[in-house]
Amino acid sequence: MNTAPAPAPVPTPAPASPGGPLLQVSGLRKTYSTGGTQVVAVDDLSFSLHPGGALGLVGESGSGKTTTARMLVGLERPDHGQILVQGAPIAATVRGRAARLARAKAVQIVFQDPYLSLDGRISIGTTIDGVLRLHGCGDRAARAGRVRELLAQVGLGDRESAALPRQLSGGQRQRAAIARALAVEPAVLVLDEAVSALDVSVQAQVLNLLSDIRRDTGIGLVFVSHDLAVVRYVCDEALVMYRGRTMEHQPVADLLTAPRHPYTRLLLASVPRPGWDPDAIGRRRRALDVLPGDTGSPTAPTAPTAPTAPIA
Amino acid sequence: MPLLEFNDLSVALPGMARPILNGVSLTVAAGEAVALVGESGSGKSVTARAALGLFPAGAAIGGHVRVDGADLVGADAGCLHEVRTGKASMIFQDPRAGINPVRRVGDFLTESLRLTGGWSRARAGARALELLTAVGLPDPVRHLRQYPHELSGGMLQRVMIAGALTAEPRLLLCDEPTTALDVTTQAEIMAILRRLQRERGLGLLLITHDIDLAAATCDRIYVMYAGRIVETGTATELLTAPRHPYTAGLLGSTPPLDGPLGRLTPIRGVPMGLLEAAPGCSFAARCPHARPGLCDRTAPDLARPAPVQVPASTAQRGPALVACHLADEIDGRPAMAAVCASPSEEDR
Repeated sequence: MNTAPAPAPVPTPAPASPGGPLLQVSGLRKTYSTGGTQVVAVDDLSFSLHPGGALGLVGESGSGKTTTARMLVGLERPDHGQILVQGAPIAATVRGRAARLARAKAVQIVFQDPYLSLDGRISIGTTIDGVLRLHGCGDRAARAGRVRELLAQVGLGDRESAALPRQLSGGQRQRAAIARALAVEPAVLVLDEAVSALDVSVQAQVLNLLSDIRRDTGIGLVFVSHDLAVVRYVCDEALVMYRGRTMEHQPVADLLTAPRHPYTRLLLASVPRPGWDPDAIGRRRRALDVLPGDTGSPTAPTAPTAPTAPIA
Repeated sequence: MPLLEFNDLSVALPGMARPILNGVSLTVAAGEAVALVGESGSGKSVTARAALGLFPAGAAIGGHVRVDGADLVGADAGCLHEVRTGKASMIFQDPRAGINPVRRVGDFLTESLRLTGGWSRARAGARALELLTAVGLPDPVRHLRQYPHELSGGMLQRVMIAGALTAEPRLLLCDEPTTALDVTTQAEIMAILRRLQRERGLGLLLITHDIDLAAATCDRIYVMYAGRIVETGTATELLTAPRHPYTAGLLGSTPPLDGPLGRLTPIRGVPMGLLEAAPGCSFAARCPHARPGLCDRTAPDLARPAPVQVPASTAQRGPALVACHLADEIDGRPAMAAVCASPSEEDR
């Protein structure tokens, strides 16, 4: 049962080479201390992403997937490990305008709630215009054209461009947030549960948009989600995290048809479908002793010990 | 007589272009698990609250809501009190919003027994212990002494279920009870709800946006759009042969976990807000089948469609009803997929 695969092969941090990986993450670790106890949020995480690739980070609350997303964009500083974008390290501290702009160009993020990430007092068009200006596009007419082009790419028009965030629907706001992120032409786009709050009919529109963006731009996507079906639709690889550790990292198709880690199998069995037996899932969860005592709080877990049987 | 019966219920707020609920009829029998599926703003939570006699302030109410025979529309305080304390209980999405954070779990569970039932402290405590055991919490004696912040979301939701059971209700109303929880926890909570529902013969109304969860856990499903029931049938019927274009659209928008992976076919446009109204079918503006002059003129009634050829496995068809002028011409998922495949407007 405990034939957990070794986590993804640790990539050797290599100097920049054309055709090399877009994003290389190696040995990433982040701990927090709360009230004297050390909590390992992310432990020994390694993966790489090629141009046009899409990696799904899958896990439940407390798995470390959001901490990972935040480290990728520089909102958290890892304790150990390295993040390379196109061969260049993401600086742990950014000083000065040039360095900040360079990091913005490397990685952009779209959060779950576009209400909180867009400025509520300025229109969508002005928000994107500001991003373009910040990144050195001085010509007003050129910027206006680019704003229109970016919004058209996500299926928004002049009406939405002139609107404030609160005047748009949830799906439109999330598309505006994606357009804002794309304005920088980043190498990597991180989406942290970016479609989770959307109604299913609207979510489908945004998912189709993401697959178009992948096809058309060659941008690398890191797609953080708890929803395996959505990850299957957007990504070609998936990495399953549990309490900060990598449980399994495989192409999505293999992960779903032949999951190797018992925790991945449990996650898959938990997805409601016809003939679903939630009783059996509860029994399996206890039998596996994967989640002892249903301690969903991120402060409860301690670091697992052995890397091949990551759950102590 | 059904345990819960909505009969042509309408709820309208002044200043809105359309009613929040428009002619809603649904039933839940004792021992039956029924789901009400809809997207945000469809009116599904208003429906759940109406089953407790909770209506938005200032709303004009039409029709009837009966719980165990008692009509809650225009009911006096005594009748409402009787229903809320002894017949129907509600479980909400966010367990932390429904429990006093500075009181112990035990206080939460015994409060209503002691206040409304006049139970002694010891007797109420014993009952609380029994309920915490029934919802599968690992260490009920300790949990009684704990504060809400010491429990995870999944554990606290079990406490809320135990709290809902103190009144020994016959009807359990669950408004998105697992939406804030992880998938493995969701499975455990649904297992507990189904077990309690079966063991105690409760009627269960599950309000959810997740049609797969509804189909996996409930016997019958009602699909709601813009304050109306647009389709109802057994879970199998709705999943394999939806007759309303909205139901088919929901299914076409949900990425599958297995099987072939084609491009999703989203429903175009956005759900209708309360400030919009349509003289005809409220889904007409988003519907790929809508027929000008018919669908945008008159609202379709919920009616039984002509039988269609269905796979042998679903041959035993239940009382399916659908509110669509074209239901007899639309036959389920495959037809829908073909119609929606035109890429033109769908992503806008």
